[in-house]
Amino acid sequence: MRRIQPFWFTAGGIVLMVIMVFPLYWTLKSALETNEQIFATPPAFFPESPTLEAFKEALAVQGPNILTSIIIACGTVILSIIISAPAGYALAKFKFRFTRPLLFGVLMTQMVPSVILANALFVIFHKINLTNNYFGIILADCSLSIPFNILVLRTFMAKIPTEIMEAAAVDGASDWKIFFRIIIPVSKSALITVGLFSFLFAWGDFLFALTIMTDSAIQPVTVSIYTFMGVYTSEWNNVMATAVLASIPASILLMFAQRYIAAGMTNGAVKG
Amino acid sequence: MAQLRKQYSTAQIRNPLSIPSAEARRRKQKMTRMLFLLPAVCYMAFVYVLPIAYNLLISFQNYSLTTMANGNAEFIGLDNYIKILGNPLMINTIKNTALFVFFSILVQFSAGFALALYFNRRFPLSRFLRMILLLPWLLPLVVAATAFRWILSQTNGVLNEILLSLHLIGEPMGWLVTPGLALFSIILVNIWAGIPFNFVLLYSGLQDIPKDYYEAAKIDGASRIQTFLKITLPSLRHTIAVVLMLGFIYTMQVFDLVLGLTGGGPANSSQILSTLSYSFSFMDSNYGQGAAVGNLMLFVMMLFSLIYLRYGTKEDY
Repeated sequence: MRRIQPFWFTAGGIVLMVIMVFPLYWTLKSALETNEQIFATPPAFFPESPTLEAFKEALAVQGPNILTSIIIACGTVILSIIISAPAGYALAKFKFRFTRPLLFGVLMTQMVPSVILANALFVIFHKINLTNNYFGIILADCSLSIPFNILVLRTFMAKIPTEIMEAAAVDGASDWKIFFRIIIPVSKSALITVGLFSFLFAWGDFLFALTIMTDSAIQPVTVSIYTFMGVYTSEWNNVMATAVLASIPASILLMFAQRYIAAGMTNGAVKG
Repeated sequence: MAQLRKQYSTAQIRNPLSIPSAEARRRKQKMTRMLFLLPAVCYMAFVYVLPIAYNLLISFQNYSLTTMANGNAEFIGLDNYIKILGNPLMINTIKNTALFVFFSILVQFSAGFALALYFNRRFPLSRFLRMILLLPWLLPLVVAATAFRWILSQTNGVLNEILLSLHLIGEPMGWLVTPGLALFSIILVNIWAGIPFNFVLLYSGLQDIPKDYYEAAKIDGASRIQTFLKITLPSLRHTIAVVLMLGFIYTMQVFDLVLGLTGGGPANSSQILSTLSYSFSFMDSNYGQGAAVGNLMLFVMMLFSLIYLRYGTKEDY
C-alpha cells in the first residue's frame, strides 16, 4: 500500500486535477485577455497576448470594495479570536456542570442556516442601528467563525498537559495569567489555523453583507462582484479579473499556510 | 516560568495574611473561570439564540417594511406557514431542494471518495496535486458562481464551445437560462465546489487506518474488493457518517451559488429553500413568510441531526 506508484499514476492525478482546476484556469485566462479576445470563436485555450488591462480596470472599479473586504475580514479575525480563545480554553480545561450542554449548543449552531440569522439580524440590527456599519457586519460574520474556532481550539487545548497549568497555579499564577503566559503561546499553531479560517469565512461572506449592508457605503468584493456581474455582463474580462482578485487570499493561504488549512479542515470538521 | 514563580512567591511571603480562606478562594476562582466563557456566551445569545427566537416571533406576525418602521406588527398565528405551504412555488422549491441536496451529496461524496482512494497511494507530485485540489473549496462561492456564469454562458461559454466541437450537442445550450436545465447546472457547479471537502475528510480518514490491517489482509490472500469491503469501509464508518452529515448541513444552506448563478430563475425554476426565504424577505419585504421558510429549513435540519446524533455516532461530542 505504501509503495511508490509508477509515473502513470502521476499522469492520472494531473488529469483529475486539470478537470477540477479548469474553471479556475479559465477565469484567470479570461482575465488576461482583452474583451475582443475572450469572445473569439473558437476560443483560444491560452491567452495569446496576455494583458493586465482588465486587472487595471477591475482595481479601479473594485479597489475600495477589496479594501472593505480586508477591513471586515481582519476585524472578524480579531473579534472572533478574542471571544473564542478563552471559551475554547475554559471548555477544554475547566470543569463546569454546564460544559457538556454548552458544547452541544456550540455544535448545534452548525445546523442553523445563515439565511435564518440574516433575516432576523437584519430586523434586529435595523432597530439598533447596526446596519450599514462595520461593527454590525463584523458581528454577523463572526457567526461563521466563532463556533468553528471554539471547537478547534478546545480540541487543541485539551491536549496541553494539565501539569503545566498546575505547576503555574502552585506558584500562585492566576487563571488569566496562565491563559496569557502559557496557553496562548503554546497554542500558537491552533490560533493561526482559526485566524486563517476566520479570515476566509469573512472574506467569502456574501449573504450577511448583501442583507445587512443595505446601502453601498460598505460593500465587500463578494457583493460588488455580484452587482458588477449584473450590470456589465458584456465585460467578462473585467468580471473575471475581479474574480481573480477576490481569490487571492485563498490562493496565498493555500501556498504558504497549507498545514494550517489541512489542520483546520480535518480538526474542525471531524470533531463536529 | 521562573520569572512568574519569583514574582508570586515574593508577593505572598510579604503579605501572608491577605490570602483569603480556601472556601472564598474557590468561589472567587469559579467566578473568574466563568468570565472565560462570558464573552462567548453573550455572543452566542445575541447572534444565535436571539435571532432564532426573533425569527420564530416574526414568522407569526404580519411583518413588512411598514410594520418594521412603526413597530406594531400584527400577530397572525400560523397564517404565514399556511400561506407558504399553499403556495405552488413553495412546493416546487421543496422538490428542487430535495433534488439539489440528494444529487449534490451523492455525486460529490462518490467523487470525493474515489479521489481519496486514488490519492491514498504515494506517487510523485501527489502532495502538490492534493493541495491544488483544495482550491475550489477555499474560494468564496460567489467567485465560483461568477466563473461558472461565464463558462456556462449560452453565447460564448467555453463549455458549449467544447461540447459543440466534440459534436456532443448540436446547438449552444442555455445552461443557466433554460427552466429545465438551470437546476441541473447548479447541481453540477455545487458538486464541483463540494468535492474537495469530501475528498479531504475521507482522505484523512483513509490515512488513519493502520497499515498492518492491509498487510494482514494481503497475507491472507484477500482480493482488492474484499479488502475494500472488509477493512476500508468498516474502518471509515465514523468518517463517512460525519462527511455525509456535514454534507447535508452545508448543502441545505447553499445560497451564494444559486443566487450568483441564476438568482433562482428563470421563472423561479431553480429556487431552493434558502433563496426562496431570501426572496420572500428581501425582495418582497415579506419578512414573516421569509422567516417561516427559514424555520421550516431549520426544523428539517434539526430533525436530521437528531437522527444522526442518535444513530450515527457512538462517540461523544
